[in-house]
Amino acid sequence: MPYSISTAFALTLLISSSAIHAASISQGAMLSNSCSACHGTDGKSPGAIPSINGKSARFINQALTEFRSGNRTSTVMGRHAKGYSDKEIKLIADYFASLK
Amino acid sequence: MKMLNRRDFLHVAGYGGFALATFNPFTAISKTSGHVIIVGGGFGGATCAKYLNRFDPNLVITLIEAGEKYTTCPFSNAVLGGMRDLKSITHGYAAQMKRGIHVVHARVTQVDATAKKVMLDNGKQLNYDRLVMSPGIDFKWDKVEGMNAKDAEIIPHAWHGGNQTTLLRNQIKAMNDGDVFIIAPPGNPFRCPPGPYERVSLIAHYLKQHKPKSKILILDAKDKFSKQPLFMQGWQKLYPGMIEWVSSSKGGRIDFIDVKNRTIHTEVGDKHKGTVINLIPPQKAGAIVHTSGLTNNDGWCPVNQRTFESLVHSGIHVIGDASVAGKMPKSGFAANSQGKVCAAAIVSALHDVAMPEPSYVNTCYSLVSPDYGISVAAVYRYSKEEGIYKVKESGGVSPKEANAEFRKKEARYAVGWYDSITSDAFG
Repeated sequence: MPYSISTAFALTLLISSSAIHAASISQGAMLSNSCSACHGTDGKSPGAIPSINGKSARFINQALTEFRSGNRTSTVMGRHAKGYSDKEIKLIADYFASLK
Repeated sequence: MKMLNRRDFLHVAGYGGFALATFNPFTAISKTSGHVIIVGGGFGGATCAKYLNRFDPNLVITLIEAGEKYTTCPFSNAVLGGMRDLKSITHGYAAQMKRGIHVVHARVTQVDATAKKVMLDNGKQLNYDRLVMSPGIDFKWDKVEGMNAKDAEIIPHAWHGGNQTTLLRNQIKAMNDGDVFIIAPPGNPFRCPPGPYERVSLIAHYLKQHKPKSKILILDAKDKFSKQPLFMQGWQKLYPGMIEWVSSSKGGRIDFIDVKNRTIHTEVGDKHKGTVINLIPPQKAGAIVHTSGLTNNDGWCPVNQRTFESLVHSGIHVIGDASVAGKMPKSGFAANSQGKVCAAAIVSALHDVAMPEPSYVNTCYSLVSPDYGISVAAVYRYSKEEGIYKVKESGGVSPKEANAEFRKKEARYAVGWYDSITSDAFG
């Protein structure tokens, strides 16, 4: 028997859990967690720095790309965005967009 | 019958894009995935505990911290400058406890790396699967001629937030107009490289309002310092004539201090008497990592900079100021960043899966006045050859030619940063 009952049970749990929301160690999470020090845990800022939690992937992608090129003015974001490739920016954008 | 092992589960989970779920499937197999003990509840330890719990809610996590509250060094300069009270920079552990993290208020007296256990000053012993040490800094009092730890009641360092901050604040408040404040920053490496110069700025801000004839003298053990051109530009603009910086090679190096007469004797033979002296001693990693044998000859802990696992003892990780972390500075922000990477490394190791490639960040905001902020930032990655290195194109300091609006924005973001990082670590 390739799959036990406990396996099936676990997979059911897995499916239901992904609907709840997950804090996962994906590459996207690794990159995005370092944003939280300024933007708050999960991108929910309690203070003067903008929240990025749940913003659309398109919005975050465009903002970071424009910060990086200098097309969008910033104080510190240009200096941060230059540290990420297109692919990494996409992972970050997708990660924050997945959080609600 | 083939049972899925932990590795299979993580892979199955990974394909769905959720390597570890909040409601973890491991529950079906085993109740816990291990016991991680964290020693030290500052930015590094508190963040690591929280993110371990987020990555794997089935971990049993114990955070050992002597104090019931933690007063941060960041923004303690705002307390010294009269902009904030100590309560506003003091944080508790209620949120950590609420998420099921065991918070133990005790001191670790000994670590047994072979038996994987820690001994506490309350007589208890705790076993761990992984240990994280985040003890912050201690002082090299043997390098300060004429002064010992006890004298810090008279000549405060205020390089730990709390009573020391209050002590120095009260001394500054008691100054008369025209008195001299002397600050003596240490040589590299030390906690918070721009910290002494932000301190100078915010004390100047206070003196300018209340004791405008007073002077600030900086006797530095270094020939240059963090964000130096930006600080000096700000001082010139906001506090002209008030601040004098004496570099190491121009007479800043201290020979000895006469505590009783509040006088610093420099190596070139000058004597400087201060109404208030803030001597920040040279530093080393916190005491417990020394007694645990985790330090190198310089007094800091060498680690694998990808996982923060000690190069001396396996199963023990060292994060924050105490660690040797490549190009990263010793800052609360760096400790927060390292706490997350370390949490990812530990959870990945306990489940025997590859961890994602680490990414680290640091941003240090400094206030030159309440409305005048400057910053330095960088993004870091890891390579086997270089350890933690700065991504070449990333980072740097605020522009020198920025206008008042830009400085004001960064001052506002400095406060926003404090609100965010303290909620990320302690909230």
